[in-house]
Amino acid sequence: MALPIYATTGQRIWHYTYLAFCVFVLFFLVAPLVAVIPLSFTSSPFLNFTPEMLALDPDAFSVRWYKALFGICDAVDDSASTMCHNKWMTGAGRSLYYAVCSTLLATFLGTLAALGLSNQHMPAKRAIMALMISPLIVPLIITAAGMAFFFARVNLSNTDAGIILAYTILGMPFVVITVTSTLVGFDRSLMRAGANLGGTPTYNFFKIQMPLIAPGMISGALFAFITAFDEIVIILFIGGPDQHTLPRQMWSGIRQEISPTILSAATILVLFSVLLLTTLELLRRRSERIRGITPH
Amino acid sequence: MSTAPATVDGPLLTADGVPLKESLQISLRRSKMRALLLVLPPLLFLIFLFVIPIGNMLTRSVDDNLINDVLPNTFAAFETWDKKSEPTEAMFEAFYKDLRDADRTDIGKASVRMNYANPGWRSLIKRTARKIDKMEPPYKEAFLKADDRWLDQDFWRSLGIMKDRVTFGYYLNAVDLDYDYDKNIIQQDEERKVYNLLWWRTIKVSIIVTIACLLLAYPVSYLLATLPMRIANLLMICVLMPFWTSLLVRIVAWMIMLQQNGVVNDTLVAAGVLSDENRLSMMYNFNGTIIVMTQILLPFMILPIYSVMKTIPPSYMKAAQNLGATPTLAFIRVYMPQTIPGIGAGCILVFIVAIGYYITPELVGGKDGRLIGNMVAYHMQRSLNWGLAAAMGTILLCVILVFYWVYDKIIGIDNMKMG
Repeated sequence: MALPIYATTGQRIWHYTYLAFCVFVLFFLVAPLVAVIPLSFTSSPFLNFTPEMLALDPDAFSVRWYKALFGICDAVDDSASTMCHNKWMTGAGRSLYYAVCSTLLATFLGTLAALGLSNQHMPAKRAIMALMISPLIVPLIITAAGMAFFFARVNLSNTDAGIILAYTILGMPFVVITVTSTLVGFDRSLMRAGANLGGTPTYNFFKIQMPLIAPGMISGALFAFITAFDEIVIILFIGGPDQHTLPRQMWSGIRQEISPTILSAATILVLFSVLLLTTLELLRRRSERIRGITPH
Repeated sequence: MSTAPATVDGPLLTADGVPLKESLQISLRRSKMRALLLVLPPLLFLIFLFVIPIGNMLTRSVDDNLINDVLPNTFAAFETWDKKSEPTEAMFEAFYKDLRDADRTDIGKASVRMNYANPGWRSLIKRTARKIDKMEPPYKEAFLKADDRWLDQDFWRSLGIMKDRVTFGYYLNAVDLDYDYDKNIIQQDEERKVYNLLWWRTIKVSIIVTIACLLLAYPVSYLLATLPMRIANLLMICVLMPFWTSLLVRIVAWMIMLQQNGVVNDTLVAAGVLSDENRLSMMYNFNGTIIVMTQILLPFMILPIYSVMKTIPPSYMKAAQNLGATPTLAFIRVYMPQTIPGIGAGCILVFIVAIGYYITPELVGGKDGRLIGNMVAYHMQRSLNWGLAAAMGTILLCVILVFYWVYDKIIGIDNMKMG
């Protein structure tokens, strides 16, 4: 995108305006997330930058909201004691539990579906694919409403099992999409070669196909995991008071007692997402390398 | 083949003596079965826990079975009434029988349904049902003693709306129409008209957000597609990081940015652009919904446009300029038409997601930023008018499925890429 040396003044102005616009858009995408981080270290109970913070006064910063988040209570700090309950940590534990269970289930089922759908002889391929991906397209509010009625009838509402099943439905399309796209480059003659050498289909799958589609499975699983971990609509409709997840805690935090604790939680989640993003990028590179696609 | 085997006239055989064609068919069938067996468990899982529940909910939008099960005699007697004269003793007797025989909770549910047809039914039935055990014929007088509104023909005539087991009343309500007592379609009362406004607002917000996303995404995608890979990957993190961050975290982040004492207002005041008392209100209103939804959905627009732009060889632009086009003309006539698939994919994706949004408008929309999704949630959880919620959900779903179908036709769902 470098400007040629013979560019006219008009072209130069246009070029720098364009660059400035792009910087603005990228800033628009990231700035709110970055602004959360310093503000989470505030010592005041308000959600705005105080003049003391802007002056970099050390007293204006503290880790009290992180303490509140982790349920470490200061006896001295009265104002924090009202906030000091362990709902954040238990919520995170719950979310983790639902996310792990539903991810395992979604990865298993999604991979099965992707393997079947990648078979060239599969009948009604397009229609089934459209159906398998539809949970991504149908608004969550409609899915949640449907499940709320149905789960109440089959005694699954307000149960852990119900939530894990619902999250599996939401996570499955991601696995189907990512595994299908790794299977696009899959060389079927490898399986035939395996069979020729005497491997059973199961053995061949685990020895040949699985290692090759593993990056797709893992990145699909990551999508499923983050979806379940972050899910708020369905839990509001089918979860009881015992299913108090982290997003639910944030939801009530935003709606009722908004305090900087939510910012410390947000900061940790932003860092968490950066970690996930890095993992995914490394996986993608690995997948391209072992499938012999050179990065462009 | 010069050295053809002796059986050249017969069909070609495989080693075990089966005709090749048949053998191929068997293997094809086996492969098909294997594929089907693989797809079957996830498919059944999806059908039982996703398709059936949603289908089930959608039937609620036309379902008027409950009321017909609770008041069978009443509706039978209603059919014999000429709808002009005073309600007859037979009708009161039928109503008495139904109230006496029905389950208490069913009567409660039915009276809620009847209240939608004529507000007042609920209290009327409640007062009457309390005295039902002591009633004796003639029932007309007994009913009138319980509540003199029973002589009001409007109540009786409103039964006409509910006498069929399938109703389209909820759909009418969802677009600010209603049935009159003779089941003619009429406009909803002026003060109860809210839904058309909401539909329009939902479509308006979705279109504005889609256009805003396109305007912001297109230049950035172009930059990402033309920069060297190393730098582009780095900038791509800016696009993907919000994509991977919790939705609620992003909303909290925007609250900090946009509130009255937020970062944006503080900066503008400090820069002298705004005076302290003229701080912009960008949160809990229409603007808040637009700004936050645009940021949340922007990656959905950038990614497809970017991936299409990646495939366009830069030599095309150079060729066009070689042939005498100015850079602007070359861009408009040569480059832009090739990016249309990406634009289409991004726009449909953003529009589909935006139109069903619920969480963001709920938290940052305030009063005039609420969308139809919020109304569905309201009727599901608060007013408990499930029929109306289902009807609005069905309309929303149909709109989305049309766009999904278009998306599948133009781009193909198997081309959907993640991250």
